[in-house]
Amino acid sequence: MSRAAVIVFPGSNCEHDAVSGLELAGASAELVWHTETDLSGYDLVVLPGGFAHGDYLRAGALARLSPIMDTVAAFAASGGPVVGICNGFQVLTEAGMLPGALQKNAHLKFHCKDSTLIVASSRSVLTRGVAVGTELSIPINHFSGSYVCDEATLQRLQDNDQVVLRYAENPNGSLDDIAGISNDAGNVVGLMPHPERACSALLGSTDGLVLLQAFVGAAVSA
Amino acid sequence: MRFSATVTVRLRPGIADPEGSTIERAVSALGIAGVSGVRGGRSFTFEVEADSESAATAVAVDVATRLLSNPVIEDHAVSIEAK
Repeated sequence: MSRAAVIVFPGSNCEHDAVSGLELAGASAELVWHTETDLSGYDLVVLPGGFAHGDYLRAGALARLSPIMDTVAAFAASGGPVVGICNGFQVLTEAGMLPGALQKNAHLKFHCKDSTLIVASSRSVLTRGVAVGTELSIPINHFSGSYVCDEATLQRLQDNDQVVLRYAENPNGSLDDIAGISNDAGNVVGLMPHPERACSALLGSTDGLVLLQAFVGAAVSA
Repeated sequence: MRFSATVTVRLRPGIADPEGSTIERAVSALGIAGVSGVRGGRSFTFEVEADSESAATAVAVDVATRLLSNPVIEDHAVSIEAK
């Protein structure tokens, strides 16, 4: 069974949902405190949502300095699957593991609602085997989710098939309707929507499981 | 020598500033006319112990570049004063 590490920063608040979602997707999952520096034995890494280090300075800005992040970067550099959800996406951009930045939502609106996403790439660890064009209903819950990057970066994202998910209806002013992107290799993904909150029919949608199952399936060793 | 440093961080030109736009609308809601182009930002002050003004400036620029601003979306300006 694949083993997932869910990194917990002071101020993370979606880590238990992430563990539950990963377990429903077929992995075992454990919480790993941000001061740890060892991820050996883990096949997957998740940076969950919340407000790491209070989101002081900028969302995700201080989390990149947590001791675990060098290990996460090394894990990613060796091809390990990493996904950052919401605040985790912000941490990955601040850490330079994903290009661009997440800016305050257009009109300063805090969004907490279901969103319809369209799969834009099947190459990433989060969407492997999920057909391009597939529509998924997954909630968003954020204030700083407006994806920004310069034109050259956007061109590169588009040319390299690094745009993973787009919003059917852009809620926050994100460039190119971007809801999630990957790194060049496709093994590091950041997305603002919360797939771990769409894993139960009772709660309205199981579309998040589609992504988490793809992610669990991408584990380097079993 | 002790210096006081001020770092001002602002969104780069061309980056949308929803806070600035909201403040601009609030200015006009107050009945104040003729105000436009509102852009927000943040200012940080700290003290630097260094041998010279140029060394203190280098430290402040390092802090501004590597921590206080995100170069993808923000610019920074640094000023240094001997205490």
